[in-house]
Amino acid sequence: MSGFLKLLFRNRLAAVGAVIIGLICLVALATPLLPRADPDVPATADRFQRPFRPGHLLGTDHLGRDLASRLLWGTRLSLAVGVAAALIAGTIGSTIGIVAGYFGGRIDNVIMRGVDMLMAFPYILLALAIVAALGPGLMNALIAVAAVNIPFFARNIRGVTVGLAGREFIDAARLAGKGHTRIILTELLPNVASMIVIAMSTTAGWMILETAGLSFLGLGSQPPVADLGSMLGEARAALITSPHTSVVPGVMIFLIVMSINLLGDGVRNALDPRLRSGALTRPRAVTLVERRGAIPAADQKGLLNIQDLETQFHVGDRVYRAVNAVSLHVNPGEALGIIAESGSGKSVTALSVMGLVASPPGVITGGAVRYEGEDLLAATYRSLREKRGDKVAYIFQDPLSTLHPLFRVGDQLTEAIQAHHKEPDDAARARAVELLKAVRIPNAESRIRNYPHQMSGGMRQRVGIAMALANDPEVIIADEPTTALDVTVQAQILSLLDDLRRERGLAIIFITHDFDVVAQLCERVAVMYAGKIVEEGPTGAILAQPAHPYTRRLMACLPELGGGKRRLAAIPGLPPVVSDLPPGCAFAPRCDKATAACRAGEIPFDGDAAHRVHCLHPEFAPMEVLA
Amino acid sequence: MGAYILKRLISAVPVLLGITVIVFLIMSMIPGAPATATAILGSYATPENVEKLDRDRGLDKPLVTRYFIWLGNMLTGDFGRSFSLNRPVLDEILDRFNATLVLAGVAFVLCTLLGILAGVVSAARQNGFADKAFTFVVLIGISVPSFFLGMMMILTFAVNLRLLPVSGMDAIYGGGDLPDLPRYLVMPALALAVVATGVIARLSRSAMLEVLRQDYIRTARAKGVDERRVIMGHALRAAMVSIIPVLGIQAGFALSGSVYIEIVFQWPGIGRMLVDAILKRDILLVQGGVVFVAAAYVFFNIAVEVAQSLLDPRIKT
Repeated sequence: MSGFLKLLFRNRLAAVGAVIIGLICLVALATPLLPRADPDVPATADRFQRPFRPGHLLGTDHLGRDLASRLLWGTRLSLAVGVAAALIAGTIGSTIGIVAGYFGGRIDNVIMRGVDMLMAFPYILLALAIVAALGPGLMNALIAVAAVNIPFFARNIRGVTVGLAGREFIDAARLAGKGHTRIILTELLPNVASMIVIAMSTTAGWMILETAGLSFLGLGSQPPVADLGSMLGEARAALITSPHTSVVPGVMIFLIVMSINLLGDGVRNALDPRLRSGALTRPRAVTLVERRGAIPAADQKGLLNIQDLETQFHVGDRVYRAVNAVSLHVNPGEALGIIAESGSGKSVTALSVMGLVASPPGVITGGAVRYEGEDLLAATYRSLREKRGDKVAYIFQDPLSTLHPLFRVGDQLTEAIQAHHKEPDDAARARAVELLKAVRIPNAESRIRNYPHQMSGGMRQRVGIAMALANDPEVIIADEPTTALDVTVQAQILSLLDDLRRERGLAIIFITHDFDVVAQLCERVAVMYAGKIVEEGPTGAILAQPAHPYTRRLMACLPELGGGKRRLAAIPGLPPVVSDLPPGCAFAPRCDKATAACRAGEIPFDGDAAHRVHCLHPEFAPMEVLA
Repeated sequence: MGAYILKRLISAVPVLLGITVIVFLIMSMIPGAPATATAILGSYATPENVEKLDRDRGLDKPLVTRYFIWLGNMLTGDFGRSFSLNRPVLDEILDRFNATLVLAGVAFVLCTLLGILAGVVSAARQNGFADKAFTFVVLIGISVPSFFLGMMMILTFAVNLRLLPVSGMDAIYGGGDLPDLPRYLVMPALALAVVATGVIARLSRSAMLEVLRQDYIRTARAKGVDERRVIMGHALRAAMVSIIPVLGIQAGFALSGSVYIEIVFQWPGIGRMLVDAILKRDILLVQGGVVFVAAAYVFFNIAVEVAQSLLDPRIKT
C-alpha cells in the first residue's frame, strides 16, 4: 500500500489532483462552520453585484444572494450527491457483478443480458427517462445517475469475478463446506474490493458531472436549494449581462472533475504493470546508438561484419547487458550459425545489425556493424532504411505475430518490393506470386489473397521467407525461423533455405538453439552465453570436439535418435541475469571445471582465427585438433 | 457481407424489444398518474374527468395489455399524440430528430477526426512537445462540462468577439438559408465534440503505443518501409481495431449529450424536446422520444460492428 502511494505521488499531476480535491472536500466539510451569509435568503436590492465587493467576495446572483456562500453550499451538495451516487452504483452494481460472475451459468446469462440491454441506451437518455418517471428533484436525479451507472460496475466486476471464481482457493473453500454467502464475503470480496474502489474513484467525477447536468436542465435540485449544476442553470439567463454568476459554479465543477480525473489516472497508472515496466513507450524507428568507447577500426572481414558490439537495455536505473563485445562476420554465400539458450542475447545481436532493437529500452553502447565496410551504426535513417530488406533481410520467429494480421499476405509482399523498387502494382503482384512459388507454396495465385490467420504455421513461415527474399538481399538473418514448426516442416524449410543460399549466393546468419539445425545448414558456428561468444569455429570441428565446457554440456542435452537409453544431462542452474553479471566467466557458477581464476578477470579468446574459445580450462586446446 | 448485416439486424430485434420494455416499465413506475391527469386537464381536473381521461388513456387495463397496445401502435407508426403540443408524437420526433442528427453527426465526425489525429501525433511524438500539449488540452477537454463550455463559447465568440450567432439554428428553422447553417453549427458542434475528442484522443494514443510494440511493426521496419507509412499505415490500421468500438460508445454520448448543448444553444433538437416534455409530464412524448433515440443508437452500433468486420478479417462474418 505504501509502495502504491509512493508510486502514485511520484506522478506529480496525480499529486496536484489529490491536493485540489482534498482542499475542496475540506472546505465542503467545514462549510457549516464558516461565517457566511445564508445562501438561500434573497436580497433583491443587491442583485448581480460584481465580484470583490465588500461582504460579497464573488458577488451576488440574480436574487442578490451571496455567490461565495452559495458556491460553498452548492459544492458541498454536489460532492455529497456525486459520492452517494458512486457508492450506490458501486454497491449495487458490484453485487450484481459478483453474483453473476460467481454463480455463472444461467444466472450469469440472464443478468448479463439485462445489463447489455441497459447498456444499449445512450445513458444520459436513460437517466432522463428515470427522472421523467420519478419527477424532477435532486434525490431523483441521484437515483437516476446511480441507476445508469450500475451496468458499468456490474460488467467490470463480473469480469474480475469470473477470473477469480475458477481459481483453486475458491474450490478449496467450497470443498471445505463453506456456503455461497461466506465464500463471496470472505474469499471473493477481499479480492475484488480494490477493483471496486478504483472503479468508484474513477467514476465519481462522471457522476458529479452527470448530476450537475441534470440539475442544469432543471431536473435536479429545486430552488431555493442549489447544487453547482442548478446554480449554473439559473445563471444562464443572465449569462451576457452578469457572466460571473455562470463562471463561478462552472469553474468549480471543472476543478472538481479535473482533479478527480487526474487522481484517477494516477491510480490507474500506478496499478498498471505495463506502465511501470515502460512497456507502453513507443519504440523509435532506429535503435538508439550511444557509443561510449572508440569505434573499432574497419578490418576487411566478411560482407557483414559485427565488431565488439555492445547492446544494453536501460530500464529505470537497471542496466541489462544483453550483448557484450560480440564480434562476428559472414562472407558472401556462407551460412553462419549462432547457437545459444533463450535469453543469451542472440536475437538482440541480430536485431542490432539493422537498428531494430526496441528502443527504449534498448541502446547500442559500443562497437560497429559494417556492411561492405560502411558502419551501419553511424548511418542516417534514410540510408539504413534503404538497406533494410534490400541488402540485409530478416526472417523472424513466430510468423503469426510477425505478419500484420489485417493485411493480405500478397499486399505485405508487394509492399516489401515497392519499399525499394518503384514497380507498378501488377508487376509487384506478379513478382509476389513468383516469390510464393519460389518458397514452394502451392496455389500461389490464390494464396496471395489470404490473410495470415488463414494459413498454417508452415505456410506463414514460408511467406516470411518469401518476404525476406523479395529484394534479393545479400544477407539474410534468420532468427529461429523453424522453432515454432513441427519437424517435417522444419526440414523442408531448412532445405529450402539451403537451396536458396546455393542458388543465389546468399549469406545467412542462422540463429537457433538447435545443434541439429546448425549441423544441417551452417559452415561455421558461434556459441553464445550471457551476451558473449564463448566459442566459435567450423561446425564440424565444434560438433566433433567442443572446446568450451558450456558447448559440451549444451550438446549433451540433446537426445540422440536411436542412441539407446541414457540420462539426459541438463545443465544445473540458470543463465545469469544480465543486469548483474559476475566478473570473469559468466558460466563459471554452473561449470564443473571452474576455478578461482575463472571468476576473477577477463578471459582471453584462445585459439586461431578459425576455432577460438573463451575459456581458461578448455576441454582441449583447439589448435591440437586442427593440427 | 449481406448475410452478416442481416444477421446483425435480426439480432437487434430482441434488443429493440428490450428497450421498449425498459422504457415502458420506467414510465409506468410514475407514482403520480393523477398528477399527469392534472397536468393535462388543468382546472378541469374533477374526479369524474380524471377517471374518464384514465379510461381514455387505457390506464384501467392491466400493465401487460397496455404494453402490447403501445408496442402494436408503434409498429404501425402510431406513437400516440402529445397533449402538450397537440400533434402526433412521431411527427414531432421526426422534425426534432433531424436537427439533433445534424448537430450530433457533425460533432461525431469532428471528434473522430480530431481525436484520432491528436492520438496518433501524441503516440508518434511520445513525450515530445506535441504529446505534452495534447495531453494537457485533452485533460481539460474531458473535465469541462459541455454546457459550461458552451456558455463560455457564447460569451467569447458571440457576445464579445461578435463572430458567430449566439444561438439557434435559423438556417433551417425560421426561413434562413442552408448556407447559413455552418455559422450556427460551429459552436454547438464543437462544444458537443470536446469531451468525446478527449476520450478518443486518449484511447487512440494508448492503442497506438500498444500496437507500435508489436512484432509486425518490427517486420514492417525490417522490410524497409518508411516510418511515416509504418505509423499511418501499419500501426493506425491495427489500432483502429480497438478505436472503432469506442467510436460507437462516443456516438451514443454525442446523441444523448446533445441535450445540454441543445438547451444552451436553443437548438431545436430532440434533447430539448425531451426536457420540455419531462417538465410538462408529457409521458407519451418522452416514451416515444427515448425509444426512438435508443433505437437509432442500436442501428448506429450495428453500423459500427459492420465497419469493424470490414477492417478486421479475423472477425467471422
